[in-house]
Parts: sequence; structure tokens; C-alpha cells
Amino acid sequence: MSRSWIWLIVVAIALLAVPLVVRNEFYLNLASQILIYALLAVSLNLLLGYGGMVSLGHASFIGLASYAAALLLNAGFGHLSSAVLALVFSTACGAVFGMLALRASGIGFLMITLALGQIVWGVAYRANTITNGDNGLRYAERPHPFGIDINHAPNFYWFTLIVFAIALFFIWRLTRSPFGAALQGVRDQPRRMRMLGHNVWLIQWLAFVLASFWGSVAGLLFVYYNLFISPHAISLQQSAEVLLMAILGGASTLTGPIVGAVVITLVKNVVSTYVDRWNTLLGAIFVIVIMFMPFGIVPGVRQLWLRWRAPKKQAAA
Amino acid sequence: MQFWIIQTLNSIAFGGLLFLLSSGFSLAFGLMRIPNLAHGGFFMLGAYLGATVTYYGGNFWIAMLAAGLGVGLVGIVFERLILRRLAGNVQGQVLVTLGVSFIIADLCLLIWTGDPWTLPAPSELRPPIRLAGFAFPTFRLVVFVIALITAVALYFLMDRTRLGAMIRAGVDDMEMARGVGIPVSLLFTVVFCLGAVLAGIGGTLGAPSLNAYPGLDADMLPLALIVVILGGAGSLLGAFVGSFVVGFLYNFGIALFPDLAYFILFLPMVLVLVLMPQGLFGRIPS
Repeated sequence: MSRSWIWLIVVAIALLAVPLVVRNEFYLNLASQILIYALLAVSLNLLLGYGGMVSLGHASFIGLASYAAALLLNAGFGHLSSAVLALVFSTACGAVFGMLALRASGIGFLMITLALGQIVWGVAYRANTITNGDNGLRYAERPHPFGIDINHAPNFYWFTLIVFAIALFFIWRLTRSPFGAALQGVRDQPRRMRMLGHNVWLIQWLAFVLASFWGSVAGLLFVYYNLFISPHAISLQQSAEVLLMAILGGASTLTGPIVGAVVITLVKNVVSTYVDRWNTLLGAIFVIVIMFMPFGIVPGVRQLWLRWRAPKKQAAA
Repeated sequence: MQFWIIQTLNSIAFGGLLFLLSSGFSLAFGLMRIPNLAHGGFFMLGAYLGATVTYYGGNFWIAMLAAGLGVGLVGIVFERLILRRLAGNVQGQVLVTLGVSFIIADLCLLIWTGDPWTLPAPSELRPPIRLAGFAFPTFRLVVFVIALITAVALYFLMDRTRLGAMIRAGVDDMEMARGVGIPVSLLFTVVFCLGAVLAGIGGTLGAPSLNAYPGLDADMLPLALIVVILGGAGSLLGAFVGSFVVGFLYNFGIALFPDLAYFILFLPMVLVLVLMPQGLFGRIPS
């Protein structure tokens, strides 16, 4: 067994044991929240880190999935059917958004995703008769997957953790698959990939659809967690926070967005308890990270670690 | 009939405002490839500054100039201190402007609180124009006229002056422009500042109809984006046509189908993107 497998098992056991150690419901719910945002950031990173496409509308998938699920549930659909339909609807919207955004590349892509995200927000905010506008939608209860009650904080945490693990495994496999290699090839050398006969557009579009799908899964978890959805959850700020999570942690790695989600969610919750100036701090973090730490925490720490290890290796040899 | 005429005039006035907002955005994007996501914040800052100057007894037009200068100054500082250091890193520049937009929004909230600030139109323009039985706010037409003058002035600046020629050279081929001795980096600051000034003036001119309130930036930014996507980045004509298209769709959308106004805005953008991804008048492949 290689060292990384041992690490993985240790981390998995530690994460599973969190509810046994953390008895305070507030902190446990915070942990669930971190997992939901981590899933959103990891799904965004499929585009950002592996595809080189900066999307500023990723929070809209939280909105699309959440609103769809809440509306269907309130209309009397069952939990399973509404979850499936919400995922299908949200991912289908992602497929359309991808087609539009991929008409352009680079900054144009970013602008179109931003505009699309703002339009989703605007519809949620303005379409009072459907979405209840600024007051948001509320719905009654969390589902009972396989008959398990996830209303209690520990059970919900474990439920979120399992979904998160499945998603992470899927995305990890994907990035190691031929498709993942092609995606990274398109990111680095789009022209060469085209010359080699790859369908660059199709590869990018599929990455967009997969990112929307896992973003929608995070959206479902989000609405199950809050039992409430309002336009606030899908504002530009939310999309930007998710993007910052991925960049802060390190978009070139699988674990970076998770680290970013932990840091940002913790800072946000700590700061908002003490002062109101979270947005200024968020903006400042943005500026500082991009100017001084463009590759993020995880690659930075890894580099420090390697530098620290290097002299020892030489001494051993 | 009256409804249609009033809405048409409203749309024209709003289109003029959008041109003031998006022309600077489009210029900066055309030259520097930076979609300045703090541009909505510049507009909001202009509205607040204008409202503050008039609140302390200043004349409306002085307030407008003060807002333009103030926001222009913010633009220069921002470009020189931050954007400059990220030259070549387009993605970084975009994200930094986003971070700055959050800071601007939050500081505005801190200084001007969460309550909206109203800014009355200048007193000499308050009596409405009466024509053939219709009464229409004079001020809104003046906004349109100012936008029109700005458009003509920008056209002359860009197409008829040496400065404009240098800017266009920078837009078309930055490396070559540098090579023949055009101070592209100075031009960046000038154009960025000009965009900020226009946004600040637009903010003050928009305040009598829109008010200055937290979230104004996030409401205006997508409109500017849609204008530029529609008209084509870096094209003044595109920004002009796009502004009025969006102005009409927005006004009539809100008046006729309030729930779907945002969808209606979004449709022409989609159509243009599908048919001509560079925008109606775009020259730069993005």
C-alpha cells in the first residue's frame, strides 16, 4: 500500500469521526456547510483548473437545482422524483449555458457566464409569482434516503460526506481518464489538440455539463441543508466566493478547492460573527491572493514541503 | 398610445444612460482586454458622490463633474497601483477588479448606509416638457442629449485625433503599437480613467431616476455586459446600438412582462451570440 493510500484512509476516518468529536451542533452544521461548498468548488474546478475556463456563474447551479427541487416538492412531488427532475433540469440548463458560453473563449467566456448567472439571479429575484422574489422559497423537510432520517446534524453531515466522497471519487477518476487528459490538453494547447483531431468544443462542453451536474448536486444538498432558497444564495458574490475558494486553495490540484472552501467558509463565519465588513475582507483576500499567491495554498505548501525535504534527501544520498 | 410614447422616451433616456455606463467599459475592454468588473461599482460610486455633493448644497452640474473627477481618480489609482502589476495576466486582472468591486460596494454601504439616497433633478429641468398633450420629464431627455454629445465626442476622439489613432493602434495590435513608439501603457491609464469618468458622470445622471442604493452596482454591471456582448467589445458604435437595444428591451420588458423582464433582456444576447459571437460590431475575436 502506497503512502498516499494510507493518508487517504486516515483522512477518511478523521472526517467520518467528526460528529463523534464535535458535539456542538453549530460547528457540526458548519462542517456540513463546508462540505457543500467544497463540492461546489471542486465541481467548478473541473472547468477552472482542468479546463482553463473561468466561470463566474457557477452559483446559478445551486439556484437552478434548489429552486427546481423546492418548487417540485411544494407542488407535491416525492423526494426521489423531485431530486432527479431537479438534477435533470439544472444540468440541462448547464448544457445550454455551456453552448452559449463556449461561443467565446477566455474573457468572453467569463463575461457570458457572469451575465447568465446574473440573469438566473434576476429571474429568481423578479419572477415573484413563481419564486416568491426576495422572500425566497421554503419547504417542509429533508428526504429520508434509504429510510434514514437525516434531520439530525450528525446524520446530515454523514449524508453530505458520502455524497461528497462519491463526487470527489468521480471527479478524481475523470481527471485521470483519457477524457481528463484531453481536457487538460485543450487547456494547454487548444490548437495542437485540434490538429490532432480532437473535438475541442465537445470536450469543453462536456466538462461544462459535468461541472453543472456536480454543481447541481451541491445545490440539492444546499436546499436540503437550509430547507430554504432565496436569490441571495445565487448572487454574483456567491459565484465569486466559490471561484475564490478554488483559486485560493489552488486550482491546479484536486484538493486545493477543498482547502479553499474550508478557509473561506471558516473566515466568513468567524468574521460575520464579529464585524459586518465581510465583503471588504473578501475583496481584499481576492486582491492579495491574486497578486501574491496566484497558484494558491496547496501548490505553495507543497513547494515549501519539497524544499524542506530536498536537503535531507541529498544528505541521505 | 400615450403608454407607448412615454415608454419609448423612457427607453431612449435609459439607453443614453447605458451608453455612458458601457462605452467606458467597452473601451477599456477593447484596449486592455479587461472586462472591468468594478465598473458597476464606479457607476454606483458616481451616484453616491453626486448625491452627496448636492446634499451639501452643490449645484447638480457641479456634482456631476465632481463625481466624474472623483471616480476618475479612483480609476487612475486602481489602474496604477493594482492592474498595472498584473500586466499580461488577464485572468488575474479580471478577478482583481471583481475583488475591488466588493470593496467599493462594502465601503459605500459603510459610508452611505443601507438607505437609498435620492438626488433631485436640477431645478431648472424639473418642469416637464409638454408637447401635443404629453408631459415628459425634461431631465430624462437631457440625459439622452448628454449621452449623444458624449457619443459624438468619443467618436471624434477615437476617429479624428492622434490620441484616438494611437488608441486604435493599441487595440488592433498592441505589440506593433509598442514597437512604433506609442506609449501603450500611458494610454491604458488614460482610457481606463476616461471609462471611470464616464461611469461616474453616468452615475450622477442616473441617480434622479434610479436613486443611489446598495446593489445598484450589481444591477448595472450585467446591463453593461449585455450591451458589450451584444454590440461587440471595443466598438463605440456597438456600445451605442447595444445601449439602446437594451434600453428598449429593459423598459418595455418591465412595463409589459415584469416577471420575465430578465429573460427578455437575455434573448437578443443569445441570438447575437449564436449568430455572430463577436457581437454586432465587434472587431476583435475573443
